This record gives sequence, structure tokens and C-alpha cells, in this order.
Amino acid sequence: MTISPPRTAPVVAPAVPEKKARPPLHRRIWRDRVMLMLALPGLLYFLVFHYAPLFGYVVAFQDYQPYLGYLNSPWVGLQNFATVFSDSRFWDSIVNTLQITVTQLVLFFPAPIALALLLHSVMSEKIRRFVQSVVYLPHFIGWVIIVSIFQQILGGAGVLPDLLAGVGLPRWDMMTDPDTFPLLVTLQLLWKDAGWGTIIFLAALLSINQELYEAAAMDGAGRWRRLWHVTLPGITPIVILLLILNLGSILSVGFEQILLQRDAVGAEAGEVLDTFIYHYGVRDGQWGAAAAVGLFKAVVGAALVLGANKVAHLLGHEGVYRGAAK
Amino acid sequence: MEKPSTPGLVAKGAVLLGVTLLVIYPFVGVLGTSLSDEVQIARSGGFVLLPTDPTFDAYRAIFDGGTVTRALLISVLVTAAGTLASVCATIGMAYGLSRREVTGSRIILMVALFTMLFNPGIIANFLLVKELGLLNTFGALVLPSLVSAFNLVVLRSFFMGLPGELLESARMDGAGDLRILVRIVLPLSKAVLAVVSLFYAVAYWNAFFNALLYLDDTEKWPLPLILRSFVLQGRTLESIASSEAPAPVQAIQMAVLVVAIVPILLVYPFLQRYFTKGVLTGAIKG
Repeated sequence: MTISPPRTAPVVAPAVPEKKARPPLHRRIWRDRVMLMLALPGLLYFLVFHYAPLFGYVVAFQDYQPYLGYLNSPWVGLQNFATVFSDSRFWDSIVNTLQITVTQLVLFFPAPIALALLLHSVMSEKIRRFVQSVVYLPHFIGWVIIVSIFQQILGGAGVLPDLLAGVGLPRWDMMTDPDTFPLLVTLQLLWKDAGWGTIIFLAALLSINQELYEAAAMDGAGRWRRLWHVTLPGITPIVILLLILNLGSILSVGFEQILLQRDAVGAEAGEVLDTFIYHYGVRDGQWGAAAAVGLFKAVVGAALVLGANKVAHLLGHEGVYRGAAK
Repeated sequence: MEKPSTPGLVAKGAVLLGVTLLVIYPFVGVLGTSLSDEVQIARSGGFVLLPTDPTFDAYRAIFDGGTVTRALLISVLVTAAGTLASVCATIGMAYGLSRREVTGSRIILMVALFTMLFNPGIIANFLLVKELGLLNTFGALVLPSLVSAFNLVVLRSFFMGLPGELLESARMDGAGDLRILVRIVLPLSKAVLAVVSLFYAVAYWNAFFNALLYLDDTEKWPLPLILRSFVLQGRTLESIASSEAPAPVQAIQMAVLVVAIVPILLVYPFLQRYFTKGVLTGAIKG
């Protein structure tokens, strides 16, 4: 998938002319009709459920009333944006979102890399397979279940408060503590996805040329020097790629996960941008203003992805698009 | 290469053991608590690892035909129907786009892949589902997530990797595209189809937000939403509240959790065989 045109566009016509002219479009469509018909339901799905909703963003510029619909709701220009930008709940939710993102970037992002390096260094195939099977499992457990389990262990009557009380400390209910909410959601994410996240790094580690290790060992490089000079450079491209993708989604933090816990810790700490949109729009019926927040988020997100991609190019790495094109 | 040092080995082993136990511990606790009685739960601080006197009272309470039984049935049906629809749509699209010379296949692929980079957002999705008249229907749980671009890529890469001579010779024998798909491509793709199906099934089984957003009617709620209101929000289940509490609430809550987890544990061994062998990673990269 290439979005940007190639840097070195050919100026002269290709030297070898095409052997024969392509048949006209309708002939080619008729020729490929079976294949195209098979692809049609999927294509329709993407158009209807991923592209058509984008037109729904017109309500960001309307005082949308469900009974009037898109066509008859009054236009209000940028009024919704003004309302939202002067709403402190909006800015609070951005601050909360960024706090959680930063906590996850610092505490979660390195975890799968470390675990992958550790797994990769395990000599016994059996042990490695076993640990992999165990740590991939939580990825398939839904958020409702995970939050319920955490409630059982860290919540008011749970295991941790009991332990604390047992050694004479105050009972600390992390599930309802607004101050540690970013830490809580990061811990849950670690439990769910730290193992699953290793897959992509393990693949990168496997693709490092073994001769590099042998050559480094011949030159007298020890275990740690080989890690530093061979292994880490080997996985740098994929780390950069994932950082870019993360950067593009810094305004989206685990929506389902946080929605489930927002009420327990209170909106002040637990409201992130996505839950704000949900409560503001679907719950309070402020459709126009909530769509304005959504549009703001989508535009900033797209700008972040493109910007980060540009930075990666400047640093000499393949960005998302060229990486995906291979 | 030199042998790793003994302290290094011990440290490595300790970390791996710790990580493994951290993952397993909650599962054991949930199962243990669901099998315990009031006394035992109180004695071990609400989380029983090893019930000394296991009882199935909690399970009897949730399988009495009440809310949980109905939600479970809904979840099973939505998962089955959704997975079938998703797999069919994905096969069609992946196969249709698996030959580069097909007119427009590049553009169609771009249309699908580009959706990985943006998300229409809650409000836009809700308004669309409402316009389509899908509110309060089970279609709202399936159609908005019919095809995953990721699964599409996995399947398409697999189809493209099938030996071209095989397909070519079938075409020489006069087989059409559809016949090639059914007779040759699909039988060769059983393993990857199993993985993709299970991916979809797990996603449908766990999904709760679409149901929360689109279904007002609590009678239609699938299992995850019942879990949310019963376990997380502490609501009581009508059917259980009405009868005399046959088991401690905590045990019943954990029993519902077990019911939600067990299907995933059942399919997981099939799934993980492919991950640890690295079957999917090639597709992820390409």
C-alpha cells in the first residue's frame, strides 16, 4: 500500500512498450465478474460501516435533533466547537487521556520487548513454548472479565486490601482510587497484552541474521555486547514502527476498559476523550457537540500519524505506509 | 556460544515462573471461589484458590433458566451467526482480491486497508446504525464489525501464497473462479480458516460495547453485559433475587465469570498452536 507517490517518478516513457493494449474497462470487469462479486459484500461493508459514517460528522456543525434528522436540523456553524472548547470537562478528559497514554508508554511499551528478549534467550524449546502459550492467553479474555477479576483481587473486599490489613496497613482499594487510575489501567493492560505484544518482536528477533551473532562472537563480543550491537539494532525498525502507530493513537486509550471503570473512580479521573464523547452524545443527547469532539479527535489523530510518519522518514526509517507496502 | 552463567539461568527462570504464575493465579482463584460456600469465602478473603469442600450450588443457581441462561444462549447464537457471516464475507473478499490482475483489486484493497488507520467514532457509528434501523436488533451486534481488515490481510496473504501452478492447471481443465475457490483453495486453507474463525468467534463472544450502545432492551443483552451489571455494578439478578439465595453472591458472580471464560479456554489450544509456530507473523508483516 503506497500513499505517497514514489520520489523518483520516471520522466521518460518506459522503454519496452506494452505488448498489447488492455481491453476496455467494462470488458475487464465482465472478465473478472466472479472475483469481483465475491469481494463485493466485504467492499460494501467497508464503504457502509467505515466510510459512510464519516458523513455523519455534518452533525458537528448542526444543532442535531434526532427527530429532525440530518436534513432538517438547523446549521449552527462552529457553535458546537465553541461550546466544547469552553467546557472544562473536555479539557479534563484530554488531560486524563494523556496521563494514561504517558503512563502506558513508559510502563507498558517496553514490557513486551523485555519479555520477548527474555523468551528469545530461552534455550529450551519446550519451556519457551509453554510460557508463550500461557502469556498469550489473557489477550483473548474480554475486558468485562478482566475488570471483574481485578475487582476481586484489588477491590474493596479483595485480596490486596486484606493483605494490607493483615500487616497493619490501611485497606487500600485501588479500584476506586482516582489518584492511581492511570496505574491501574496500565496494570490491567500489562496483564492482558504484555505477552501477546511479544509476538511481533519475537518475529523480528528470529529474522536477525545468525551470522551476525557468530561474527560478533568471533570478534570477542560477549553476551551483553551482542545484545547491544546486534539484537537491539535488529529490532529497532519494528520498535520505531510501533511507536509511530502508538503516537497516532495517543488520544485513544482502551475505551471499553475505561468505560467499565469510569464510574467507580469518578468522572474527574476516569473520564477520557472517548468516554466523554459517549456520555456527552449518547447519554446526554448533545449530538452536535459530541460529534465536534469526535471530529477534533479524528483530525488530531490523523495529523499525529502523518507527522510521526514524516519524522520516521527523516530519521531514515521506513514509515507505516512503506513498511506495510512490503 | 558460551554457556549462560548459573545465576543468570536462575534469575531468568524466576522471572518466567513469576510471569506465568501471575497469569494463572486469577483463573484459579475465580474457579475456586465459584465452587466455594459462604464460610470458605469469608475465611479466605473473598478469593479461594483451593476449595476444600467444592459445591456446585452457584452453577445450579445460574443455570435455572433465568437471566444468565438467556444471556448465555444469546451470546452463543450471536457468536455462531456472526462468525459464520464474517468468515464468509472475509473469504469472498480475500479470494476476490488475491489475484493482482483482477480489475480494481488494488483500489478495493486500499479501501479496506485504509480503515486500519482511522475510526469513524462512536457518534458517527451510532447515527448510522440508527439510520439503518438496526437499533435493538441483533444485526447491530454483527454488521458493524463484519470484516476485520486484519483477518482479511491474513487470509489474502495465505491465498496468494498457494502454489500458482495448481490453480493454473485447474483453470486449464476448465474450472471457473468459484469452482477453484471451493474445490482447491478452501480445502488447502483449513488451518488458517480455523484461526480466522476463532479470532472472529472470540471477538463476538467478548464484545460488549456494541450491545450496550445499540440494545436498550435488557432482555436482549448478551453475557458480557450481564456480567457488567451483576459483577461490576453489583446489581442483583431478578431470577436469583426472587428465590432464596442458593449460594453466596460472590460464588455466583465467579460462576458467571467461569461460564464466560470456559469457551475461550476450550478454543485456545487450537489457536495457540498457530501463534507459537509463528504462522501468523508472516502475514502480519506482509
